[in-house]
Amino acid sequence: MADNLSGAQNQDVVRLTGSVDLEHSPDIRRTLLDAVAERVNVFVDLAEVTYIDSSGIACLVEALQTARNHGANLGLVAVSRQAMRVLELARLDMVFSIHDDLASALQAQT
Amino acid sequence: MIGTSSVTKLAHGPLEPPLEPLLELRFPAQADRLKLVRGSIRAAARMCGFNDTAAQNIVLAVDEACQNIIVHGYKDRENGEIVLYLARRRDGIQVSLVDSAPLVDPATITPRALTDIQPGRLGSYFIREIMDTADYRPRPDGAGNLLEMFKRLDSTPWQTT
Repeated sequence: MADNLSGAQNQDVVRLTGSVDLEHSPDIRRTLLDAVAERVNVFVDLAEVTYIDSSGIACLVEALQTARNHGANLGLVAVSRQAMRVLELARLDMVFSIHDDLASALQAQT
Repeated sequence: MIGTSSVTKLAHGPLEPPLEPLLELRFPAQADRLKLVRGSIRAAARMCGFNDTAAQNIVLAVDEACQNIIVHGYKDRENGEIVLYLARRRDGIQVSLVDSAPLVDPATITPRALTDIQPGRLGSYFIREIMDTADYRPRPDGAGNLLEMFKRLDSTPWQTT
């Protein structure tokens, strides 16, 4: 499930919860791509992700690449242990900007 | 050409330990059914002696294999089925997936390169990364595909407690 928590101007926080899987990834993909198309800084909160599969990881990768193409930033925030395990398996933990929390993510942008 | 393919990280002797059937599940090849299956895979892996992290990785590998069947195997069919068999071996867990989809050429199942960060092809990468063997072949009756996977208890540092 994806909730877009509109933040300050040019900044969005998208909170993903539960299973980020094949069933839900089409909606999540749309939410993430909309966010990176409209904002300069997008943070994806993964604190409450209990399961993520390759389709969910693909959504994050596509959003990251779209953000970069637009000159925007996409960072991951408060990544759950389950999500981090899969990012590490995919060797993508070094590709994304990963922050402990939103405050440190915002600080890194300044 | 349709054939067989094997991804093997560890050599096995000619005599494999006997299988103890744990579970047989037949379910519609639909994305929203996979969450019902994941819990059973995790419980079976725990029953075989894997710790929770290892069990979750096995869940991911089997889930990805099911997704490949749903997305690629049954791409033109809405009423496909998947049969999942889970069995305990003394040295690990054996997972078999049977479908009735058109025959798959194993040569087309290619995981992404490590340096490739494009979306996609991650599922096959996860299967290869997590499982010790993944053998794709046609069903004996030729009416679909059989994927047999095996994970050893002691094959990676995160496998056992």
